[in-house]
Amino acid sequence: MITPFRSFLGLILGALRDLAPIILVISFFQIVVLQQPFPNLGPIIVGLLLVLLGLALFIQGLEMGLFPLGESMAHAFARKGSLFWLLAFAFALGFGTTVAEPALIAVTGEAAEAAAKAGLIAPGPDSKATYAVGMRYTVAFAVGIAILVGVFRIIKGWPVQILIIGGYLIVVALTFIAPAEIVGVAYDSGGVTTSTITVPLVTALGVGLASMLRGRNPLIDGFGLIAFASLTPMMFVMLYGLLY
Amino acid sequence: MATLIQLVDTLWTTILDVAPILLILVLFQVMVLRQKVPHLRRMILGFIYVVLGLDLFLVGLEMALFPLGQIMAGQLTDPAFMGVSEQGAIGANWRDYLWVYAFAAAVGFSTTIAEPALIAVSLKVKEVSGGAVKAWGLRVAVAVGVAVGVTLGALRIVTGWSLPLLIVIGYVIVIIQTLIAPRQIIPLAYDSGGVTTSTVTVPLVTALGLGLASNIPGRSPLIDGFGLIALASLFPMITVMGYAQVGDLLARRAARRKAREES
Repeated sequence: MITPFRSFLGLILGALRDLAPIILVISFFQIVVLQQPFPNLGPIIVGLLLVLLGLALFIQGLEMGLFPLGESMAHAFARKGSLFWLLAFAFALGFGTTVAEPALIAVTGEAAEAAAKAGLIAPGPDSKATYAVGMRYTVAFAVGIAILVGVFRIIKGWPVQILIIGGYLIVVALTFIAPAEIVGVAYDSGGVTTSTITVPLVTALGVGLASMLRGRNPLIDGFGLIAFASLTPMMFVMLYGLLY
Repeated sequence: MATLIQLVDTLWTTILDVAPILLILVLFQVMVLRQKVPHLRRMILGFIYVVLGLDLFLVGLEMALFPLGQIMAGQLTDPAFMGVSEQGAIGANWRDYLWVYAFAAAVGFSTTIAEPALIAVSLKVKEVSGGAVKAWGLRVAVAVGVAVGVTLGALRIVTGWSLPLLIVIGYVIVIIQTLIAPRQIIPLAYDSGGVTTSTVTVPLVTALGLGLASNIPGRSPLIDGFGLIALASLFPMITVMGYAQVGDLLARRAARRKAREES
């Protein structure tokens, strides 16, 4: 019983180290710059303890659950050898993890607001809701396509930079022709699609796949899926703004 | 008691968030793969840990750090604190906001170090590279990138620089670095852009952007408040490739010195 406890204590200490900078920053600005006392210290300390415990649990669970799961599924798909099902899984994973993402729902709401203000859509709540939902499915579709293309790239062994730089060039070109009100939201939408649970799962999938295939290097070929998942939403949101 | 209610509440939203992922995994496992999963019980326990851990983490942040950080962002961007004389003055002098940039950089750096998704990726990288890429070094490189991105984003809101222009310049630097950086770091560098901006960073950085855009004369939160996240996910690519380039340079120099000593 001593060893698991010890290792968990190690995780807590690690979490403390991860959180030390943010605690220092907030304290410094509160005390030195703004020169204000800390309001009700009790909840703050309880909150910090929860954060520590949570981070330690998360990392423990990562090593036990998410990483092995992503890898074992990648291995199983590689053994099965069906390209169709692998790509279907990749698309479903990208689409499914994005469509219900709370951060995305918030961003598309803001985008609808901006579009209504700019006169791109009718100002009523109905048209705004339709616009926001349409954009949400667009982004989810974009992420599904991103994971699908990313997985296909791992199988083919294409260098990641060609696809990414090509994608960026398209983004830049779209920036010039998309409605100006949408551009800011589009750029930010790339960042919100990759949540804390999706990232480890998708990373493990890519690395697991690359390590199963002959001639693929997990470091060079296994990473890059997240990059695709944050690139395609920018493209698709601007296209959506253009075509809607 | 209020904490307990909040814990249950957040747990519910986290579960709802995970549900589609779980559904897809189970569906493909049962319908397509039809194989026994090794260590199934351990894996399920790990999944529960992840959800529970994320729940505690979010509730704790909500209690301890977010309110304070958000109030702070508001106070720092308040014209009264800045000592800016006239609200109506045309344009803002970028020098009036030095504390804001310091805060932007510090918050960008420190929240990135605490970002769980980045911890996950750095653990994986360490494992895959056999320790050649240091987990801690990678995280610091990404955090420096976010700090630069958020600071530049704050500076942009104050000065009114064009966001697309900054992004395009950033992309050009990324493309040049891609051509000369060590090959094995490139996919990782691209990934680190998307990883950085999630649970911890986004709420604080967004509060800073909205505070700045609504307090500076001539800026609108709707148009100018955006873009901080975009810049925060662009610059880590540059710093991670830079980190590898510096490491490569030092290694090459050391090898050259060794060769000289031996000859």
